[in-house]
Amino acid sequence: MDKHLSTPGTSRRDVLRGLACGGLLLAVDLPLGRLAVAGENAPAVFAPDAFIRIAGDGTATLIMPQVEMGQGIYTAMTMLIAEELDLPLGAVRLEAAPASDALYGNPIFKIQATGGSTSVRAYWTPMRKAGAAARAMLVEAAAKRWQVAPASCETRDGTVLHTASGRSLPYGDLAAAAARLTPPADPPLKDPKTFRLLGKTQTRLDIEAKGNGSAKYGIDAMPPGVKFATLASCPVPGGKVKSVDDAQARAVPGVRQVVVLDDLVAVVGDHMWAAKKGLDKLAIVWDEGPNATLSTDSLRAAMHEAAKQPGVVVKSEGADAQPGAPGVISASYELPFLAHAPMEPMNCTVHLRPGACDVWTGTQVMTKAQAMAAQAAGLKPEQVTVHNHLLGGGFGRRLEVDMIDKAVRVAAHVDGPVKVVWTREEDIQKAMYRSTYGSWLSAKLENGKPVAWRHTVVGPSVIARWLPPAFTGGIDIDAIDGASDQPYAVGGFHVEYVRHEPQGVPTCFWRGVGPNNTVFSVESFIDRLARETKSDPLEYRRALLGANPRALQVLNTAAERAGWATPLPPAAGGRVGRGICLQTVFGSYLATIAEVAVRDDGEVQVRRLVTAVDCGMVVNPDGVVSQIQGGLVFGLSAALHGQITFEKGRVQQSNFHDYRVVRIDEMPAVEVHLVPSTEAPGGIGEPGTTTVQPAVANAIYAATGVQLTRMPIDRTLLAKGGRT
Amino acid sequence: MVKLSINGTVHDVDVEQDTPLLWVLRDVLGMTGTKFGCGVAQCGACTVHLDGTPVRSCQTAVGDVGDMAIVTIEGIGATPAGAKVQKAWMDLQVAQCGYCQSGQIMSAAALLAQTPAPNDADIDAAMAGNICRCGTYVRIREGVKHAASLT
Repeated sequence: MDKHLSTPGTSRRDVLRGLACGGLLLAVDLPLGRLAVAGENAPAVFAPDAFIRIAGDGTATLIMPQVEMGQGIYTAMTMLIAEELDLPLGAVRLEAAPASDALYGNPIFKIQATGGSTSVRAYWTPMRKAGAAARAMLVEAAAKRWQVAPASCETRDGTVLHTASGRSLPYGDLAAAAARLTPPADPPLKDPKTFRLLGKTQTRLDIEAKGNGSAKYGIDAMPPGVKFATLASCPVPGGKVKSVDDAQARAVPGVRQVVVLDDLVAVVGDHMWAAKKGLDKLAIVWDEGPNATLSTDSLRAAMHEAAKQPGVVVKSEGADAQPGAPGVISASYELPFLAHAPMEPMNCTVHLRPGACDVWTGTQVMTKAQAMAAQAAGLKPEQVTVHNHLLGGGFGRRLEVDMIDKAVRVAAHVDGPVKVVWTREEDIQKAMYRSTYGSWLSAKLENGKPVAWRHTVVGPSVIARWLPPAFTGGIDIDAIDGASDQPYAVGGFHVEYVRHEPQGVPTCFWRGVGPNNTVFSVESFIDRLARETKSDPLEYRRALLGANPRALQVLNTAAERAGWATPLPPAAGGRVGRGICLQTVFGSYLATIAEVAVRDDGEVQVRRLVTAVDCGMVVNPDGVVSQIQGGLVFGLSAALHGQITFEKGRVQQSNFHDYRVVRIDEMPAVEVHLVPSTEAPGGIGEPGTTTVQPAVANAIYAATGVQLTRMPIDRTLLAKGGRT
Repeated sequence: MVKLSINGTVHDVDVEQDTPLLWVLRDVLGMTGTKFGCGVAQCGACTVHLDGTPVRSCQTAVGDVGDMAIVTIEGIGATPAGAKVQKAWMDLQVAQCGYCQSGQIMSAAALLAQTPAPNDADIDAAMAGNICRCGTYVRIREGVKHAASLT
């Protein structure tokens, strides 16, 4: 076996480095394994690594390890390769990578996963190196043919040129010769000053198909002979099927089959409508199991109880700020359960037959999907072929594979391929959720400035389940991200983590992950400290950022663009205010200033969001702006509306009428300002989301004098004369 | 048997009269550009036109369509307003995941066909039924205005 193909281990240090410090990613190697194409009989296709194929006819293909869920990564990754390979962007064909951690493992996670705002951070150097290595080999092949020095050759638009002799050869003509060469170990990369693609806005490669209905998502898979199924899992997590009366369901025209499993019932039909009507006619009795009494109150009480326990010490430097000690200010902050609610509901199409299984879906985790299908089918992973598609939203939900497990188990009872589509109600009520999190903060002030800071993060460890090698010493590196590395100079610094798994509720990553909690709490608490000292929130932050110029820069930019120094004009019938959030998570620096108007009845209108972003070197500038715009809206939905509540073990929300997300008529004006930077690239998929809740909460305080310590916004606290 | 005129082509489909148009398009005819998002007319992903009027196909029984002309995302580019919206969506790089955009484009095309120069209130009224979870609303608003400016 090629040594490059061995699966590298993942250490917590690797992931930490990757997540927190983009600059150190240069040290993370990409396993540039070759597929089984090298050898004496050189192929006509030039395949220098697992990513690039150049055929004799000149067709260049990028085997795309990352999945496209709206974040624009198909375009960004192609730009990275095309830049160094000197190919026109439009000349590169994309092909979704097959399942292989060894070949296509995300250099940060070491598994084939797209998430955590890691793609550009992980692939910025490896993809460019891959492109540069391929380019060097093509040049070497041309130079040999022409009997000239490689250094005397240039590349442009898919062609090797020898200007001195006026000769040129397209890459395709060199593919066979280049395939016989050995890739250079460390090909030189372009000087960023000479970039022709990187840092310049390019048209998204997926944009046209997404405007004419031709883009194919997992839910659009139509293998010949496919049947359609929908399912009901127990409304109480962990519950089982006790009994089913399916007589009426079977009588529905178009219903072909009812599949009863241990934990779910599925109806298979000629189309989704038949399946859905059939499902509605089932009489299912559930054994609700041990979680039948769960409620939001009981879950919340359990988290508060957990918060009283000592946590694992993440960081402990200098003086401590013990709650209750003289001169110590304390506060706590909480976030609710949330569903992801991507517009494409959960779905998976499966064709299971003896010894083989095909799976059509859109997943953020190819190899996990393959392994899950194999386990559910009783097959080996290599007997499962996952056909990945565009994702109609991921947001972390498609980092999980429960929908694949369920679909394969249903398919085991169906002759031929079956497409299992969840109703939106199933998608909201039987999901995996962003957990509740809590933060308990304390600070001791001297002369108005913190001289000791204590932050206890309470929440589940998704990492421990999802990426076990990265969970060491009892610390969830995601949960504490943004707490252990907050941007301010605060003197003594203590951070603890209390792992608390909410009983019965399956939890998973959600856009913004741990920093949703840590940034909300740190930024709310900084505002609280500013008030204690009667300081302006902007000036208070500035004074604590002496050692953090990039943070200071985005803060100043946002303040200037938002007109912080100019008082807001009063709004008719409303109290108005501005609030700040500053954050330094995902390797990027963001400051957001929110403007709100709060009506007398407590209704909040967010009127404007101004965000300044320093995400280091930028691949596709308009793509960054787009991600921040969208991330802000995602965070705004959480602030204004987002919560999943439980009663008698059941989720109380069911569809977009009661699990609301922001609509266009609730939209604030949004401004995104990119701060130029030559630093290593940071993540941009999630940071927009995490800035919103604290900025809005702080703006609401400025408008009303009410500090919200829980999300979503509780209007009853903000109504004039309302409860406080 | 139900007779449906879709994008100018007549289809005979063998389904119950109460079957929502959405599932006939997607599962029976394989026209998957029209998307399923919520099933209860809350999200707009399934929007199509009946005689030019935007409707939620998840709540439109095929038995109620009669001889009205159905236009879907696959056919909207053949209409003047649809072509403008599609071009504007490209120019402004509106789509992210893109899943809701079929419905967004159908709603926007219907708006422009009725109201060639919509203001913000018109846009809010016409587009608030279409959810975009990626949050592309800034560009959707700009896109409608840009489409209105195209000749």
